Amino acid sequence: MMRIIINTHFAFSSVLCSFVLLLFIANTAIAEMAEPNTAATVSAQQQSRGAYLARAGNCKGCHTAKGGLPFAGGRQLSTAFGIFVTPNITPDNETGIGHWNQDDFWQALHEGKSRDGRLLYPAFPYTEYTKVTRKDANAMFEYLQSLAPISQDNASSNVKFPYNFKPLLYLWRNLYFKQGVYQADKSESEEWNRGAYLVQGLGHCNACHTTRNLVGASDEETLSGGQVMGVNWYAPSLASHLEAGGGDWSIEEISELLATGISERAVASGPMATIIKQSLQHLSPEDVRAMAVYLKSLTEHDHSISPSVEFSVMSGSLRNQLQQGGQIYKQYCEECHGASGQGVPGIYPPLAGNRSVVMASPLNTIRSVLNGGYPATTKGNPQPYGMPPFQQILRDKEVALVVSYIRNTWGNNGGLITAIDVDRVKGGHK
Amino acid sequence: MHFILIGILFVAHGAFADENAPAAVPDTMAERVKACTICHGDEDKLGRDAYYPRIGGKPAGYLFNQLRNFRDGRRHYQPMAILLENMTDDYLLQIAEHFSSLQQPYPPPEQINIQSDEVKLAEQLVYNGDAQRDIPACSACHGDALMGVEPFIPGLLGLPRAYITAQMGGWRNGGLMRGQVPDCMSEIAKSLTDEETNAIAKWLAMQQVSGKPSPSSTLSPELAQRCNSIVMNNGAIK
Repeated sequence: MMRIIINTHFAFSSVLCSFVLLLFIANTAIAEMAEPNTAATVSAQQQSRGAYLARAGNCKGCHTAKGGLPFAGGRQLSTAFGIFVTPNITPDNETGIGHWNQDDFWQALHEGKSRDGRLLYPAFPYTEYTKVTRKDANAMFEYLQSLAPISQDNASSNVKFPYNFKPLLYLWRNLYFKQGVYQADKSESEEWNRGAYLVQGLGHCNACHTTRNLVGASDEETLSGGQVMGVNWYAPSLASHLEAGGGDWSIEEISELLATGISERAVASGPMATIIKQSLQHLSPEDVRAMAVYLKSLTEHDHSISPSVEFSVMSGSLRNQLQQGGQIYKQYCEECHGASGQGVPGIYPPLAGNRSVVMASPLNTIRSVLNGGYPATTKGNPQPYGMPPFQQILRDKEVALVVSYIRNTWGNNGGLITAIDVDRVKGGHK
Repeated sequence: MHFILIGILFVAHGAFADENAPAAVPDTMAERVKACTICHGDEDKLGRDAYYPRIGGKPAGYLFNQLRNFRDGRRHYQPMAILLENMTDDYLLQIAEHFSSLQQPYPPPEQINIQSDEVKLAEQLVYNGDAQRDIPACSACHGDALMGVEPFIPGLLGLPRAYITAQMGGWRNGGLMRGQVPDCMSEIAKSLTDEETNAIAKWLAMQQVSGKPSPSSTLSPELAQRCNSIVMNNGAIK
């Protein structure tokens, strides 16, 4: 047994061929010592754990083309730096990762390097996945290797100049990439730490809920919100009480939103609804709760910041604008969202006091009016009610009026929107 | 004193609650698909930028496949793709069944000028096809009454000429359903001449709607095979 441990230890740190060989010996030795079925059972358990973790990391979400085969890659992520095409991660030897071993997988996840040592672009969120433990990484690898291999050769990524100049990646990594598994904060509860591990690591929430600088580096784990790269959505701050910070919410309500996509006060739209459908609804209630506990603790209670626009005295033209918006509201919105913007709990979200309506970025509200949409279809909300796509009916000017109205009525104080704002949102449709 | 205060608060709250009470929302599919019916009403509708066909009464399997095709990017129309992007197959099937169950009146036939040789050409293709060019009769797949075949094949009557022409154009330019092989309608549309396409579109739009979709047993095995792109591999209707 000692020999096996030593051998395995060596294998982790050294050459690939000997690793495979030693692993083979180790596996055989274990299989011989144990009951015939145990190794298979352990492996099955490992795979199902890996499947769960792959859900938590939503690997399939990116590594599946729209309408394509799961995990076979080919999804295009268009960013300011070019178009990234996700690779095939099924165990196909030619086009997938069939020839990879656990070390290769760990190197990708933890160090952001491909099997051949090539540096990966951080479109693959290894900046977050680096926090995942080796044990979890191995389980995910086992799961991926247990999938049916799919032969699918995907197009290569098309990274723009100068970002395609590889030495820049070295520089970028030196500046922005902190390699290392999540370290528990001993002053916090086990539940909080579990939540932090999931949010910061596999959940890679910070990949979207962050402001990226000119070279695409994100704020450090602050979840302070920002425009989502490649899609025209704003991922609200999870730390600000003015946006989506959970400070004033109960743990139960945050958990409900994460697990079902809807709560009494809010509904997740766009990319967040997708994440909930693909990933979060499948997590255990304990893990969802742990994430909620951690997220709630992030809220900074700085009530000194107030929304930028105050209308203590309204000018005539302003009053007139809001009146026109009110008429559009009455005609198209009131039937579902109510005369006082109160909504219907768990069905139609309230607009009065809804932070995503009044937050500084009007992007999501304009988008919702233009495109409509359905909340995620989940186990907890299997037959959601929908919002019509009003761009089929309203003109930009009318959308601006009605969005201005809901941002500045019933105590909401969110600032006015112009037709130009609406047009700009349309321009970036994804 | 405290009691009075609480009493007043209660009354005040009660009055306030009335004004702000959430409306009772019907627990129905009709309520759930209001996002659809704002465009797809009881009849065909010409919007500012688009034409919205009536979808009520169409075969459930056909509607289900179109919903999945829009969502998964095989049929391209961005507003539909965005609307459906976070929906499951189960829910899309329920929506398809809901619309399929609606009985809505059809519009009267269009008044179009058509030459007698166009009528002859259209009727020849609609009922007999052209075996030499491997073009099956429309009626072979879409039913003798041209009202479709349950559950996957749509009817051809009660549609405006402009819509039929646009759909044929879509198939000729690479197929409405991209990435599916074989794509039977794409093959057929590409084989037809402009003259034939126009004659068929005119003739179909002029017919009085009568009859219902035929049962699935009327489709010959060869045509079911040829048109297997309409029956999705991973989810024939339950």
